[in-house]
Amino acid sequence: MRRTPNYLAGAGALLWLCLVGLPLYVLLGATVQSRAEYTAGGPLSFPRGFSLSNYTEDFSNGFGRYFLNTVIVTTSVVVIVLLLVPPLAFSIVRHRGRSGPRVFRLFLLGLAVPAQAVIVPMFYVISKAGLYDHLIGVILPTAAFCLPVCALILTGTMRDITDELFEAMAIDGADTRRVFFQLVVPLSKGGLSTIVVFSALQAWNGFLFPLVLTQSENTKVLTLGLYNFQTQYGINIPGLLAAVVLSTVPVLLVYLFARRALVQGLMGVGGK
Amino acid sequence: MTATASRVRRARALPGRGGRPPGVARPGIGWALPATLFFVLFALVPLVLVAVLSFTSWSGLGSPEFAGLDNWTTLFHDPVMIKSLWLSVLLTALGVAVQTPLSILLGVWAAGPQRNRAVLSAVFFVPLLLSATAVSVLWRALLDPNFGVPAQARWLFGDGNLLGSRTGAIGVLVLVSTWQFTPLHALIYQGAARAVPVVLYQAAAIDGAGTVRQFFHITLPQLRNAIITSVILMVVGGLTTFDTVLILTQGGPGTDTTITAFYMYQKAFKGFDFGAGAAIALLLVLVATLISLVVVRVSGYDKMAGTKDGLS
Repeated sequence: MRRTPNYLAGAGALLWLCLVGLPLYVLLGATVQSRAEYTAGGPLSFPRGFSLSNYTEDFSNGFGRYFLNTVIVTTSVVVIVLLLVPPLAFSIVRHRGRSGPRVFRLFLLGLAVPAQAVIVPMFYVISKAGLYDHLIGVILPTAAFCLPVCALILTGTMRDITDELFEAMAIDGADTRRVFFQLVVPLSKGGLSTIVVFSALQAWNGFLFPLVLTQSENTKVLTLGLYNFQTQYGINIPGLLAAVVLSTVPVLLVYLFARRALVQGLMGVGGK
Repeated sequence: MTATASRVRRARALPGRGGRPPGVARPGIGWALPATLFFVLFALVPLVLVAVLSFTSWSGLGSPEFAGLDNWTTLFHDPVMIKSLWLSVLLTALGVAVQTPLSILLGVWAAGPQRNRAVLSAVFFVPLLLSATAVSVLWRALLDPNFGVPAQARWLFGDGNLLGSRTGAIGVLVLVSTWQFTPLHALIYQGAARAVPVVLYQAAAIDGAGTVRQFFHITLPQLRNAIITSVILMVVGGLTTFDTVLILTQGGPGTDTTITAFYMYQKAFKGFDFGAGAAIALLLVLVATLISLVVVRVSGYDKMAGTKDGLS
């Protein structure tokens, strides 16, 4: 490609870096200051003191409970996705006949259904099923809405397994189940980690389903806690921002370790 | 090659179970059944139900009652509803207009070879990881009229209450979604820009075309499909923005940022008029489906093209 460095583009990229970085700097800086310090110095000042009291205060305001609920929701969603999507993708890719493409098309259409579109009937279904204000009532729809993207990502991965490998397995006398567990699953590791990261992120950051399908303090998740916290303690900005950090730290940790998988997953969303 | 041939011959000699020669194992459609049932139950059944509910009146308690076209006629005479549709379209259009050039530039830049780009683009990503809730709460704190940035820069922001005016609130919503989603679109463009054949640039360089000409005559035309994908994602995302509005503006000032998705939430879950909410939701579905059909057609997803197709 181009040999000479493009200084103008570099400058633009640095400008964007500031735009992204500055709010993040304010976010972290504000949370280690006391409320008085923050109010006096404003968001852009360099923190003088360093205290974690904003974080401990958040935990005494129920954030531990919210955190635990979010972990439960996220783990369950990932487990459901891992149980359902690999066989689905295997069937879509390897099934002979017309049903494979039909099922695939169903999920592709599902890609375009926004959660808002079904939230009213979802509320109806979940209430009638007696799952209103239970975490399971949040987990099920959240997992269902992860399926289309995950199916898209995993079928992409599984298509890349060559026919020769399937033939070799057949010659060894392997039945479908053995082919699945000994060939398809091990060779789809990349796609599998992508769908894990993707669905975990969806579940962790989910807002609409918890907002509409739960109400009590016991079933509150982090995003909802953040929302309520803002309306109740809006003026305690350092405490509020500490809550934002708390809700985000695990995601950032996952990002550090699984950047590649995540980026691939997001590219999968965008199409090839 | 010979090894494969001999394996094939051995396989023919040894019949598989049931006396048939071993074929390649093909999963039955039963393998897709659990996921499909689950998906139908929790995503598609509600989609059908939303249509049914839109012809009923239901307050959330008891059972929905048939109400004919009541919700629909009320809706089309509701000035807030009509305004909300325009607002959704306006916000979406502004989002596309701001984010598209930005993300193309960033994506093409990030597709370049230098090492520091990898580090920088790792940072670019962070906003995308945060939930819309976290992003909105963060920006609301940043823009707080008393303790935020505007309070410190009154020469620029006047009274500092950005969210208190129509223009300010719309501007903030566009700014926040740009901040959060530009990285995603930049990533799409990065992938597409990497796929542009190097030969094209080499040929252009020999013809004496500079960086700018190369960008407009090679890169941009080659990004056509990526632009389509990205714009469609922005349109669907823009039409269904919800959390950001709920947290940043609550639809205000007045109804100046009450977009359709937010209005649906207000009607159903604050006004306990679930029939009207369902009707608005159905309107959203119709628009989204229309766009999805365009996606499927334009992108060729429905042809089930694998990544290797055309090579083997």
